[in-house]
Amino acid sequence: MGARVSGIRFRGLTLGYDRHPAVHHLDGTIAPGDLLAVVGPNGAGKSTLLKGIVGEIRALDGTIEAGPRTGAIAYLPQAAEIDRSFPLSVLDLVSMGLWRPLGAWRSLARQRGRLLDALAAVGLTGFEDRPIGTLSGGQFQRALFARLILQDSAVILLDEPFTGIDERTTADLIALIRGWHGEGRSVVAALHDLGQVRAHFPLTLVLARRPIAWGPTAEVLTPPVLAQALRLSEAWDEAAAICRHATPHGTQSADEGGHDHGHGHGHGHEHAHGHASHDHHGHDHGPAPLPRRAAS
Amino acid sequence: MTLADLTDFLIGPFVEFGFMRRALAGCLALSLSAPPLGVFLMLRRMSLMSEAMSHAILPGAAAGFLVAGLSLPAMTLGGLVAGLAVALAAGLVTRSTVLKEDASLAAFYLISLAGGVFLVSLRGSQVDLLHILFGTVLALDDDALTLLGGIASLTLVALALLYRPLVIECVDPLFLRTVSRAGGPVHSAFLALVVVNLVGGFQALGTLLAVGLMLLPAITARFWAEDLSGLIPVSMLVSIIASVTGLLVSYHAGIRLPTGPAIVLSAGALYLVSMLLGPRGGLIHRLVRRRHLEA
Repeated sequence: MGARVSGIRFRGLTLGYDRHPAVHHLDGTIAPGDLLAVVGPNGAGKSTLLKGIVGEIRALDGTIEAGPRTGAIAYLPQAAEIDRSFPLSVLDLVSMGLWRPLGAWRSLARQRGRLLDALAAVGLTGFEDRPIGTLSGGQFQRALFARLILQDSAVILLDEPFTGIDERTTADLIALIRGWHGEGRSVVAALHDLGQVRAHFPLTLVLARRPIAWGPTAEVLTPPVLAQALRLSEAWDEAAAICRHATPHGTQSADEGGHDHGHGHGHGHEHAHGHASHDHHGHDHGPAPLPRRAAS
Repeated sequence: MTLADLTDFLIGPFVEFGFMRRALAGCLALSLSAPPLGVFLMLRRMSLMSEAMSHAILPGAAAGFLVAGLSLPAMTLGGLVAGLAVALAAGLVTRSTVLKEDASLAAFYLISLAGGVFLVSLRGSQVDLLHILFGTVLALDDDALTLLGGIASLTLVALALLYRPLVIECVDPLFLRTVSRAGGPVHSAFLALVVVNLVGGFQALGTLLAVGLMLLPAITARFWAEDLSGLIPVSMLVSIIASVTGLLVSYHAGIRLPTGPAIVLSAGALYLVSMLLGPRGGLIHRLVRRRHLEA
């Protein structure tokens, strides 16, 4: 797999559509090897955050410092916008994962073994010649996971990968994710099933447009935090004022320090997300201040 | 009818007349380059877009005609410039306004068609207008044949180079964006190839029908082949059959049957037959309920 990378750091990151923020002033770092769940109600900005990381949408404010080049991030969008009526075999679909080493011209002929191995790893042995249009939802998701395996990326982003997927497939795919985690890759998944998150994801970011909490799952997924996330008003305010907190991200130097997690995945996570400077500005942000988990 | 009669009927015209051989060569070149592009256009649901682009070539060709008369280089150049300009402009309007691509293309193509006819009428006769609209496949000169051959070679080489990113762009553009920056350039190169082929096709079939040998064979192939490796050769074959049939029919027909339309009509007939009989989703295959399998 690719060279070790320095993680993905957000500084005052605001992402959104049409100037309305969908992710508002996010600070923090996804360290190499993190297995992070992003949870929050619909419209909380989970997908937006992943799109921002992969470079699909540009930041309205703040920055994402991504260690790896964008090409080194593997991204599985929610209900991928794949044209499944296109006459393509499962093997062809999966072989797209080898784009980075092979590019447009290098031969695929010698890679057949690798492709079949990836299909075997997701339980699709024997499906290689099936047209993609004939796969069930779960089988198709398995095929996309095989493509992710071949992408061999240091960072893997999954947007609600188990929506509409049955239990057995979900269990198989989670096993794959845990395998990636074991190999030291960073995996970030937007999820709704909190039981799943508690069982398999050491770290959780609760998002409700603004970050509610980010830290070890057991400490973050608490009733008060979840209640606060749910209070998010889904309507966006057409007449919203310009956010007074915009621009100066030089101010967050408090954030700078404790990010050198030596990270053997015991959760010594010194996520120094404290940054007291962030007395979250007085505008339309709902009542409570950030109950950010400082250290664990 | 004896065998000799049959050969005479099928091969005679080409043996006897140079213009028939030239027409055949031109159509064969076009049959190798345009249908594969049509396959991609169809799979990307851009069939109508190519139609619009073919009309966009008319004012360019007409402008060339205004400047230099029925001159191949002038009309080709004009057509190329106009076709590429409309492809770019439609993309730009789509990205920067509320209009979807089909709507902006429809607007551009109506303007182009009307403008082109207007331009030709400024100087030319009805005959000139008919030449530009419906082509002159029986009057292909050396330059036109060289152009068609060159276009076919360029298209096949370019398709071979672009094939993989083009397929990924069709199936999963988002994925291509995340792994490479090739998506935009590949899409533009593909559109450029379409324009170049439409300009080539306009020599033979005219601006109105240039798209005929691009789309009809591709759509027909869909009823016979399942995947790309089958669709592309089948579409070429359909195009070749349609070309030969069209040339022969227009030659043998007692009445004066214009050749360009005869070729496109032959392709159309092949489409209708395939739609009825084609093994991949053809009408009759759908109507017959075959017994289902065990698993």
